[in-house]
Amino acid sequence: MNINPEKHLDMYYQMVLIRRMEERAAELYQQGKIGGFLHLYIGQEAVSTGLIGARLPQDRVITAYRDHGVAVNCGLPVNAILAELLGKATGVSKGRGGSMHMADTSRNFWGGHAIVGSHLPLAAGLALGDQYANKDAVTICMFGDGATNIGYFHEALNLSKVWKLPLLWVCENNQYGMGTTVEHASAVSEIRQKAEGYGIPNERVDGMDIIAVYDASSKAIERVRSGEGPYLLEIMTYRFRGHSMGDPERYREQAEIKKWQEQDPIGIYHSYLLGKKIASSDELTGIEKRAEEDVKAAEAFAQTSPEPTPEELFMDIYVD
Amino acid sequence: MPEMTLIDAIRQGMDEELAHDPNVFIVGEDVGVRGGVFRATRGLFDKYGPQRVMDSPLAEASIIGVGIGAALYGMRPICEIQFADFIHPAFNQIINEAAKMCYRSNGDWTVPMVIRAPYGGGIGGGLYHSQSLEAFFTHTPGLKVVVPSNPADAKGLLKSAVRDPNPVLFFEPKKGYRLIKGEVPEGEYLVPIGKADVSREGTDVSVFAYGMMLYYTLQAAQKLAAEDISVEVVDLRTLYPVDRESILTSVRKTGKALVVYEDNLTGGYGAEIAAIIAEQAFTDLDAPVRRLAGPDVPAVPFSHPLQDWFMLNPDKIAAAIRDLASY
Repeated sequence: MNINPEKHLDMYYQMVLIRRMEERAAELYQQGKIGGFLHLYIGQEAVSTGLIGARLPQDRVITAYRDHGVAVNCGLPVNAILAELLGKATGVSKGRGGSMHMADTSRNFWGGHAIVGSHLPLAAGLALGDQYANKDAVTICMFGDGATNIGYFHEALNLSKVWKLPLLWVCENNQYGMGTTVEHASAVSEIRQKAEGYGIPNERVDGMDIIAVYDASSKAIERVRSGEGPYLLEIMTYRFRGHSMGDPERYREQAEIKKWQEQDPIGIYHSYLLGKKIASSDELTGIEKRAEEDVKAAEAFAQTSPEPTPEELFMDIYVD
Repeated sequence: MPEMTLIDAIRQGMDEELAHDPNVFIVGEDVGVRGGVFRATRGLFDKYGPQRVMDSPLAEASIIGVGIGAALYGMRPICEIQFADFIHPAFNQIINEAAKMCYRSNGDWTVPMVIRAPYGGGIGGGLYHSQSLEAFFTHTPGLKVVVPSNPADAKGLLKSAVRDPNPVLFFEPKKGYRLIKGEVPEGEYLVPIGKADVSREGTDVSVFAYGMMLYYTLQAAQKLAAEDISVEVVDLRTLYPVDRESILTSVRKTGKALVVYEDNLTGGYGAEIAAIIAEQAFTDLDAPVRRLAGPDVPAVPFSHPLQDWFMLNPDKIAAAIRDLASY
């Protein structure tokens, strides 16, 4: 696929921005400023950046709870994301949702969803809407490997095929459902095989290589858009941090983590951009600096933002 | 006004809403070609086609989940759950997704969806085709819960539910589908959600009920009139959010309150009505608030004597009213 240099640099910026934002979020969590649960995307940045980089503006994105990176890729401002993590009134959900429930339909981002697998039928409903309205939009539904063991996955895949919905199913296989390996939880080792059972064409992709993700995603999205029905991508990746902050990670060896960290998706992209002479080392350093500064400014915004007021508790339970 | 059965009124309501708004569609098991297991959608598939009256796979969580997604999109789905008993696989979708969408998005997302489900016993359906499940949902802000007791309300409330921008659970007393008949206004007829109705005025005892039990209570009240007991019957119609004012007005008038519901007694919906009266009308009461409800057993058993023992009926309700009136 042909990606112009400007797009390359933008995707590189997004990946670094996610990394820096989440590193800062981890620190804020450790300082006790972010409470509750925080699931970091570090290590998986190439997946959503490549995937969402390949969408058109009319294409919808819906994902699970590991959603900060996806939010960045969909164009939500880091200001609002960090403010939401801090529970501030200026956050994406005015402090009501926190980490797992980022959403902004004006950017066609239909949310982080906290209940595993529960958003898959919702994605089918969104796609049904586009089908009914004869729109050429594709719904891109992301979920983890763990979600493929729950009934929703099977119901939704079946239904998407029966109704020939414009849906791209994307399994981010980071190889652990919390602390349980795919082999311990799934009857088949390759998640994409599950799509076979529903007659849904599928493909496994290296998720540490953004170019591979972008290429596969572009083809898959256009294929779905052409009206051929759903498609499933299994994108192989790895989270460098624990399932959430405070995960002691007793279920995996340091050596394994190290091995994967050597395949850092940002490092791989960096080498690619230099090797293909798309950008100079200085340019990339400049982008990294910019991302760092943007995160700093966003954090200052978030830290100085007001808390929600008590009246907010009773607002928006119903629409009038 | 033409007289029709409860189920015909429900069908008419859906028919009119399908015609009224191209974003309305019906989805559920066997709702299309077959016209629904109770024939609630009979003829609608032929009239509106497979895109408006959609047969779904046998997968309740997806029927509701897809409905929520389509509602977020801006459509107005009417999701049919074949029997209320089958709603449990979709419980998570209703409680975790539908009810919370507006709140989690600060009003940005709305779920204008109706979930229709035939409920209740007395038809020999046995353990898994007889349950009353409203209490699970009346515990959940973000949802609205409606139970009609007569054909006119069924049509008017259903039409209002379809036009409501919030998710509405619409429980239909299936024993009454063909048993309950009444006059139904033709054409545009909307009954507001959130308003109770005094079905019969009286002065001695207030009885609060809904659905099939309302129908039985009216029969009991009729019988007691001959014994000089004047019964006021309040049809709650909307269980959540409930019309507190109408409840309190009636109880202040009669001073005695009986709450009747078909579901198991403990933690059932009527307990909330009893609590509202006890908290807000205590000094108006001439007797303790009473509840008459199904026994605390896991389900409605199959055999006729067992089912009869489980179910309330006009005689049992009349006995409870008589007892309270004499307090």
